[in-house]
Amino acid sequence: MKRTLYLLTVVLLVTVLLGVTLVANAQERTAVIGFTASTTGKYNVESTRQINGLNLWLNQVNEAGGITLSDGTVVTFETVFYDDESNTDRVQELYTRLATDDNADFLISPYSSGLTDASSIIAEQYGKVMITTGAASDSTYQKGYSLVFQTYTPASRYLTGALDLLASLDESATKIAIVHENDKFSTDVSTALNDYALALGYEVVLFEGYDSGTTDFAPFINKIQDAAPDAVLGGGHFQDGSTFARQLYEKGIDLKFVALLVAPPEPSFAELGDAAVGVVGPSQWEPLGLIDAMAAEAAGLEFFGPSGQEFIDAYMAAYEEEPSYHAAGGYVAGLLLQKAIIDADSLDTQAIKEALDNMDLLTFFGHMQFDTTPEAHGLQIGHSMMYIQWQGEGDMLEKAIVWPPEAVTGDALYPIRGE
Amino acid sequence: MDILTFLVDGLLIGFVYGIAAMGLTLIWGVMNVINLSHGPIIALGMFGIYFAATSLGVNPYVGVILVSFAGLLLGMLIYAIAIHRVINAPHLSTLLATFAVNMIIIGLGTTAFTTSAYNVDFSLGNISVGPVNTPTTRVIAALASVLVTGALYFFLYRTTLGKYVRAVTDNRAAAELMGIPSARILALSFGLGTMLAAIAGGLIATFFPFTILSGGAYELKSFVVGVMGGVGNPLGALIGGLILGTFEGVIPAFMPTSWVPVLEFILFVVILLVRPTGLLGAKK
Amino acid sequence: MSLKNLKNPGLWLTLVVVFILGVIPIINNKASAREETLTVLLSVILVSSLNILLGYTGYISFGHIVFYGMGGYVGLFLISVYGWSLWTAMAAGGLASGLLAFLLGSAILRLRGSYFALATIGINEAMRAFISNFEPFGGPTGISLNFQVYNQYGGAAQALWTIYYVVLALALGNILLSYLVKTSKFGLGLQAIREDEEAAEVMGVVTPSSKTWAYVLSAVLPGMVGVLFFFKNGNIEPGPAFRLHLSIELLVMVMLGGYGTIAGPVLGAFGYQRLRGLLLTSDLFKNIQLTVAGVLLLVIILFIPSGAVGWIRHRFPVTRRYLP
Repeated sequence: MKRTLYLLTVVLLVTVLLGVTLVANAQERTAVIGFTASTTGKYNVESTRQINGLNLWLNQVNEAGGITLSDGTVVTFETVFYDDESNTDRVQELYTRLATDDNADFLISPYSSGLTDASSIIAEQYGKVMITTGAASDSTYQKGYSLVFQTYTPASRYLTGALDLLASLDESATKIAIVHENDKFSTDVSTALNDYALALGYEVVLFEGYDSGTTDFAPFINKIQDAAPDAVLGGGHFQDGSTFARQLYEKGIDLKFVALLVAPPEPSFAELGDAAVGVVGPSQWEPLGLIDAMAAEAAGLEFFGPSGQEFIDAYMAAYEEEPSYHAAGGYVAGLLLQKAIIDADSLDTQAIKEALDNMDLLTFFGHMQFDTTPEAHGLQIGHSMMYIQWQGEGDMLEKAIVWPPEAVTGDALYPIRGE
Repeated sequence: MDILTFLVDGLLIGFVYGIAAMGLTLIWGVMNVINLSHGPIIALGMFGIYFAATSLGVNPYVGVILVSFAGLLLGMLIYAIAIHRVINAPHLSTLLATFAVNMIIIGLGTTAFTTSAYNVDFSLGNISVGPVNTPTTRVIAALASVLVTGALYFFLYRTTLGKYVRAVTDNRAAAELMGIPSARILALSFGLGTMLAAIAGGLIATFFPFTILSGGAYELKSFVVGVMGGVGNPLGALIGGLILGTFEGVIPAFMPTSWVPVLEFILFVVILLVRPTGLLGAKK
Repeated sequence: MSLKNLKNPGLWLTLVVVFILGVIPIINNKASAREETLTVLLSVILVSSLNILLGYTGYISFGHIVFYGMGGYVGLFLISVYGWSLWTAMAAGGLASGLLAFLLGSAILRLRGSYFALATIGINEAMRAFISNFEPFGGPTGISLNFQVYNQYGGAAQALWTIYYVVLALALGNILLSYLVKTSKFGLGLQAIREDEEAAEVMGVVTPSSKTWAYVLSAVLPGMVGVLFFFKNGNIEPGPAFRLHLSIELLVMVMLGGYGTIAGPVLGAFGYQRLRGLLLTSDLFKNIQLTVAGVLLLVIILFIPSGAVGWIRHRFPVTRRYLP
């Protein structure tokens, strides 16, 4: 009896000791995610939403206890960020600081293609994996980088779907006008659109750029009136795009189709009232276009992360507003990191790069897959745009997804004016 | 091609440029201060209208009147805090002081309103004459510009206070000897300048969306307008604005619009070189 | 100028201070410190070159950044299209800016006071708009460099250090240059123009050519560092290259430090950039950094209008010898 007790005690002690050692072995590791945010300056709104999305992901992962690797390490996350003032002057200085002083394990891009271009060099130099979001220009990924990965559909495929939509609506529409903001992103989009239009046999009757701060579009609208196109495509960012849409409406130009960049998917675009009706906009992600595990099964892809509805609910609970695609982009940037860490089962840069290279999955944001050729490494090739249109009248406007066909939630309004 | 539509649109925006520039050239003329806080104050005028309309629920044009008084007070406050101490200091001090005010307004504005676009939800329909079709708000803004120019003229040339302002403009030291309280007149003039900026912002906000950064473009154009029309001359500013507006409206009919700023600023430099006193000639 | 001029202790003090500041990141081998110091050194070069025109000659330019952007564009164009090396491209960038300054200066330096200042605003805007339309320079999308380009400088990480050494050398050279100009007969002529242009003419200063050469001198170094900065940046676009706001910030730095002095621009650039850097990265201030910077600037202008160096020289006359 005594012997048994003795044995039991020993066994118990050993177990406890083992347990304690195991627990001690299960290290905690806090991975640092660094980025700059446009707390001030012209990108303030988009950037803030992007960061909101990222923070939501971070809080969720941490609250769920982080990621446990096979060696027992528990990875949790924290962020370090600085204000880039929406301009490139200090982006490299701040990213260098993030990569060295702050020992960031991973980087997230700033908002906008221009700032991302500047920051991606630093990521590459210091060997940090960087997930870009809110940065669509193709050229960033054609410079020979190996650690920069894009979540957005690139500029070259940004607005081309709108032409496919137009073609499906009306074969007799042949003349289009392209009026775009004179910045890197919008010019890249519009140049690609122009090439695509010519290839489809459209006649581009007007192809013009406007200065970034433009508020008076009368000269452009007068030229549009003269050229009498069936459709106007182009735009740039939120403010100029919404101003352009409003003035097109006020001037009473008879257009069958209008598609503008960036501005239309924003919920506040509806404040334009009747001027917003019929305007089509490309969106990286829409609350309406719910993607979940069922869709993944249908597509034969692995699904990862929350469903669209779960993301929306969590975001609304956290920030009391409906998420825009910038917010979704911020969230998915974190999600991709999470998945890559799980796949790589490590925090090692090279392993994570390989995990991202091999990634081919569906998230609530859409299909995610990266180009792995040296010519365009990291370019997003899985994801594609959705096109929304504002429908209804007065204060009762609603968005409908009108393209691509597999995501449609309502018939496109066409022609939008005149006739 | 109907050149008339280009011309009318250009003229209508020209009135707005004119009134936006008037405050800048007034301050410049009276006290030889180039006011780099002009743009942010225009933006504050825009926000003033927005909040008058959304919070107080008043008609935007009533809002303009409220905003103009607020602008007057704000201007006198800015003068007292930031300008008066350095008004006689050499070289750039006043320029830098107004730049500091610019940073403060934009900094506070960004914290308060973010840099997202605001939109005064207001429309009075359109006016159509022949091929020309334009929002009524733009026509009202043009009329208001004329009215404000007239009022400013009346003030400067028909009131004692206005006479004082002109006296201080011509020769501050002599005016002081005559017993004119020049410090108060300078404060008033600065207040009038910001009042005009705020009015301009308010009128612009009735038809363009805006952000806290929107004033910058008008500030830049105000320099061009001021030089065209001659510094310190209200009617000159209005005419300068009309010239600039016409230029911007009509040039695109003949070439890509993106060349407009190139020509615009080259013309600006050329005018400076050839007629630095402005196309209309100024008293300085 | 004579060798005697070079014995001024204040000059050497300034040079030694900048040198020590520049060497600290090299000794520590710390990249983030290097980036911070690089931002400051770039400003030192831009500000003290601006000072040649503004401080000595009294002409206020809002278009100084034009030379920086112009140099950057010419340099990146030559590197990306013709495969020039960074160093020849840098020389070409400086030359192009100098030439531009010569042409512009011949035309606009006739203008006085605010009219000259306004003309430089016009030139900045016209230039930016022109480059946006100029297809060889990429129009609105600008010029991008391939990451491979850094390989011939020992890889990107090494290239950044090399660029840093060159910028440090240029900053020191620029301080020396602005001192030599200040103490030369040419510089004295410029200062005579600042005090009274008509009188200077009567005294025998050939004002148009003096002013033009001062303008050219002030343009060359910004052109060269423009190439270095945008090479390091990896791309150049019209907006960031010709940012009027940056020109205004340079004026602020000159005024903070004290115009017309040698140490002033250095101090102004250092103070302003470090302050902004600190505010940007401080937890307390990063959300209101613009406002705080504005308030501080206003306080300095109102209470120390002649700039830090001017104030010290005024309050402590004994320091004049050490603060050129």
